[in-house]
Parts: sequence; structure tokens; C-alpha cells
Amino acid sequence: MAKKETMTINMGPQHPSTHGVLQLVLELDGETVVNAVPHVGFLHRGVEKLAENRSYHRALPLTDRLDYLAPMSNNLGYVLAVEKLLGITDQIPERAKVVRVMMAEITRIKSHLVWLATHALDIGAMTVFLYCFREREAIMDMYEKLSGARMTSNYFRVGGLSLDLPEGFENDVLEFIDAMPGHLNTYEGLLTGNKIWQKRTIGVAKISAEDAIDIGLTGPALRASGVDWDLRRDNPYSGYEDYDFKVITRDGCDTFDRYTARLDEMRESCKIIRQALDKLQPGPILADEPSVCLPAKKDVVNSIEGLIHQFKIITEGFKPEEGEIYQGVEAPKGELGYYMVSDGTANPFRMKVRPPSFVNLQALPQMIEGSMIADVVAAIGTLDIVLGEIDR
Amino acid sequence: MPEMLSLSNDPILFLSVMVAKILVVFIVVVLIVAYATYAERKIIGRMQTRLGPTMTGPLGLLQPIADGLKLFFKEDIIPAQSSKFAFILAPMMILVPAFITVAVIPFGDFITVGGYLVPLHITDLNVGILYILAMAGLGVYGIVLAGWASNNKYSLIGGIRSAAQMVSYELAAGLSMIAVFMLSETLSLRGIVDAQAGSVLNWYIFSQPLAFCLFVITSLAEINRTPFDLPEAETELVSGFCTEYSSMKYALFFMAEYANMIVVSAITATLFLGGPAGPFAGPINLLLKIFFFMFLFIWIRATFPRVRYDQLMFMGWKVFLPLALLNIVITGAVIVF
Repeated sequence: MAKKETMTINMGPQHPSTHGVLQLVLELDGETVVNAVPHVGFLHRGVEKLAENRSYHRALPLTDRLDYLAPMSNNLGYVLAVEKLLGITDQIPERAKVVRVMMAEITRIKSHLVWLATHALDIGAMTVFLYCFREREAIMDMYEKLSGARMTSNYFRVGGLSLDLPEGFENDVLEFIDAMPGHLNTYEGLLTGNKIWQKRTIGVAKISAEDAIDIGLTGPALRASGVDWDLRRDNPYSGYEDYDFKVITRDGCDTFDRYTARLDEMRESCKIIRQALDKLQPGPILADEPSVCLPAKKDVVNSIEGLIHQFKIITEGFKPEEGEIYQGVEAPKGELGYYMVSDGTANPFRMKVRPPSFVNLQALPQMIEGSMIADVVAAIGTLDIVLGEIDR
Repeated sequence: MPEMLSLSNDPILFLSVMVAKILVVFIVVVLIVAYATYAERKIIGRMQTRLGPTMTGPLGLLQPIADGLKLFFKEDIIPAQSSKFAFILAPMMILVPAFITVAVIPFGDFITVGGYLVPLHITDLNVGILYILAMAGLGVYGIVLAGWASNNKYSLIGGIRSAAQMVSYELAAGLSMIAVFMLSETLSLRGIVDAQAGSVLNWYIFSQPLAFCLFVITSLAEINRTPFDLPEAETELVSGFCTEYSSMKYALFFMAEYANMIVVSAITATLFLGGPAGPFAGPINLLLKIFFFMFLFIWIRATFPRVRYDQLMFMGWKVFLPLALLNIVITGAVIVF
């Protein structure tokens, strides 16, 4: 028998379909992957360490840069964690909670759109990519109206929101969710029934429910393996218990099921957004908690007390009592967790982020060993990883 | 009835007409190659809610020239670890066969020049189809050499993929052609066109629909177009066999891809759609048919995902090959009985 030689190939960190700077060292036998080792860390910016040197308010913009495709979900997790640390969770005004849910779901759609776009492009369907980005553009415009930034929104605040919704924003959202199901059908028309798409995704990159739980998979990747687990329903936050939505699960454990699950999740998100729009009532957007929240702008410019109040919070921040908490939210890619430790000073003693992509990436070697090179890009796409979050 | 122009009755006129024909065909093909890139970007752009090129010249019409100039002025890099001779040879190996295949395509009937009849093809080989297959086979060497000479693992995988792909699909393409010349009883393309003359219903697309479909699909695979663009699958292999190429060498690969599209469209038009037959002058009919197929290829590229290597092999050997063989058996049975 001839000696079997394998070829080692470096896929990334600069490669068109590793979704950033992921490096995969693949051991190939012809086209078959024998062994795959992911290397991370090329995008490390020290977000967790940076947070330790900033006050709680000023650490918030750092979270935008974790999963830069879903900034508001990251913001949400962080503000919820800090509010829990402060013990002001039940003081958040209703309007702020509803807007948070609405924006988190819009962000979910935004993130899933990029996932679908790049996933389809990886498998070779170029047109879907541009269709998805067209819809994403509408969300970017909403982001811009709301917070002034298209990517790094930094919109939520500890205690509520930074600004109220701009005029006509509800209409923009309504228009968007009215059009979205039609767009989703367009994508499905291009992909779901397509024989080549089915052949490229059905049975590819399988991961069983047991393995998924062992690895710690969360999000759509876990639910497509048949595990019915969604923090929005099972551990509700920000008033999610008041919304009526289905948790989408699939039993196929493969790329195709993860694809249909995410598409259905976008449809569910549209429903949640519609309910949020119905619930939206005028009211305060910041908790009545002067030690944490900034005063209204008109107080700052009109009274010396307001000015001093603003000055105190900006320069000193607030000091939660000593303690530690964990807050998880169902981010688009899975469970995004913040573990915060306070030592009684104005800066967090420790901010540990549990990024869903980082944990989900662990499933990659298991998914692709024994499959072809073309399946590797399909598997990376289906896990929906973002390197900004993996490397922090 | 005027005499056919040949080397014996008026050598000087014959040679000058020949050179003129070659030049015209060459220039037309090069022009189509250039503007096929433009058309592809425009058409796919429109399909994808984009505009395509708009900035260079009116409607972006100068884009192909700008692209060509840009590539021409780029630094020409030959990797230090590459096998230089093969590295330089490869782009030529792929472009030249693509262009010389056009020589056997008839693009019209006869015109009269200086009292002699001149046929509108560059040459009429009595083994025209074999010539086409031979040239297509030669094109594989270009890609394999490029993949191997670059000394890059991605290129190598691209080269291996293309070798396997083109060899297996050439078989099915060749077999689907057999059914055509079983009917026409000649291997000459002029003869095949003549056999389809008379009415539209004589076109082989109607008597050989299966062979037509097989040929179009397998040709897509042979010229590495989507959904069979595995050798240069961008998202998997960076750029496949042309990863290491830059400047004009890259441009040659690029031109070869589009030249191959033209050639395949022209062959399909000749074999199945009556070649230059149609309502207009011969060359225009042929061009229209070529444009139709090129539009089809571009459309497919905008629509389909890419197949996987093993699925491609499966389809080639276990679907297309048996179907082509079956088609030959049926055709044979119909002819005999």
C-alpha cells in the first residue's frame, strides 16, 4: 500500500470566506479534510481589559465593537447587566423596554441578513448577497436616524435610552416589517427549492443535539439541532415575557435546517417588532434614578443643579455596590453573556463577555472533519461567526 | 455559376481574402470578449439591483478598455518558487486554443469576390468536430500547468479540480455531439450546417433536444462557468489556478474565459441551431445566437450556487454520461429502423 500523504493548507487569516481573520489550518487528503484547527486572536483589541479602566457609562461603546453586525444586541446585554448590578432592573420605564426589544429584534434581522448574504455567497449564490444588503441598508438608515451611526450605534443607556425615537420612526419600522416577509420569500425563491443549494446544504456540517449541548452551542445553531432553548422565552429579560412568538426549532441538525430556522426567526422577529410597535406608548425613556442617569438636556442648560448633576455623572460615573452578576441575552448568534464584577468603584472590576460566536466556533472541527473543502466554507457560514466577537 | 476561389485559380486573391477573413474574425472575437465583460457586469448588475460600470465613458462603455489598460500597467509578478517556463506558458496555452477553435465555425454561406465564390468560414476541416474536441482538450493543459507551476496549494487544488472536471465533462460533451453527426453523417461543421438547412424545424435542437441540453450543461462545466466554476471558486480557493497571476497574464486567463464562452456558444449554435441560418445575413444570425447563449450563461451565473466537487463528478459520470450514451442508442435505433 502506498504511503498516504496529506497536504496542510492555511485557510486564512486572509481568505475571502473566513468572515474576518479566522485562520484554519486544514489537513487535506485530496479534497477531503482530515483535520481542522481554528486559530483565533488576530483581531484581539482587549475590550474586556479596556472596560476595567473606564466608568460603566464609558465602557458601553466598547460593546458595539464586539459583534459589529449586531451592535444593539451587545448594548442591550451590557446595559441589562449593569442595571442588574445596580439593582434597578424594575425601574426601567416601559417605553424604554419596548424600544429595546424592538431594536434588538431589528438588530436580529440585520445580523441574519448579513449571515444569509455571506453564507449564500460562500456557496456561490451571488445575487442573494446583494438583495440582503439592500434590505440591510434600510436598517442601517434606521440606525442612523436613531443614533446617528450606522454601525456602532451606542444607543441604549444604563437606565433606559439615550434619545427618544425620532419623528416618523415608527412608520419606517412598520414599512420595513411589512416588506420583509416578501423579501424573505424572494430569498427562499432563489435558494430553498434550488437543487444545487439543497445538495450543498442538506446533511452538510451536521452536529447532533448531544454534541451541540456538550460544546455549548447556542442560538439558531443549537435550535436547528432540535434543542428547544431560547433565552427570550426561557429566561426573559426586558419584557420579552409579554410578547407572543414561537421559538423556531428544527431536527435536521444540518446546514439546510439552520438556514430555514434563521429565515423563520426573521419572520418571528417581524412579529415581535409589530407587537412592540403596538405596545409603544409615550412616556419617559430613562429611569428615575438620578445617581445613574443623566438629567434631561433642558435641565442641564437651564439650571445649575442640572449642570452639576450632569458633571458629576460624566466625571465620576456611578458606583454599584460590591458584587457580581451574570446577564445573558439571546443575541442573533446565540447566548451573549456579560459577567460583571464590581468592587464598589466607578469602573467595573471585571467585565467578562461570553460571546456566542467564540463558543459556537468550537463546533467547527467536528462539523467539517471528513468532509470536502467546499463544505468548510459552508460550515463557517452556517455557524455565523463574527471575529470581532470571538477575539474581543 | 462562378468558380470557387482557391489557391490554384488566383493565389494572391485567395491569400488576401484568407488573411482578411482571419483578421475580421479575430477582431470580432476580441471585441466580443472585451464587451462580454462589460455586458456581464451590466447584466448581472441589473439583476442584482446594482448599476454595473457607469463612470468610464458614456454608460461606462470604456470600462473594458480601462480594465485592459490597468492590467497592462500592473506589475507582472512571477513567484520566485514557481516553475517559470510553465508559469509563462500556461496563460498562452489556455488562450490560443480558445481562439483557434473559431477557425472552423461557418459564419455564413458564400459571397462573391472578384468573380469567385468565397465561403464564409476560415477553414472547413472534414474532421471539424474532432478538431474542436482536440482544442478543448488542449485548453485543460493551460489550467493544469497554471495550477502546478504557481507552486501554490490553492492553485494546485484548482488545477487538479479543473483537470478532473474538464476530462469528465468532455466525455459527455463529445458523446452528445456524436448523436448530431450520426444524423448529419459528416464531421465537418459546414456539412452539419448544410444538413440543417431548409427550415427551422430541421435544426437539430428539435430532433436532438436531449443532446442539446446535455451539450449546453456540459459546456458550462468545460468552460468553468457557474455553477461549475470550481477551479476558481473564489470563496473556497481564493482564485484557484490564477491566484498567483497578475498583470497581462491574468488578463489572458480572463480573456480566455470569455473567448471560451463565445466558442462554446458558437459551437452550440452551429450544431443545434442551424449556425448562420436565420432571417438576417449569416454572420448576424450567428452573432445573435452567440449572444443568446452568452446571456444565458450570464443569467445562470446570477442565479445558481456552486456545486461541490464530488457532486460534480457524480453528475458527470453517473448522470450525463449514461444519458449521452442512451441518446446515441436511441438516435441509432431511429436511424436504422
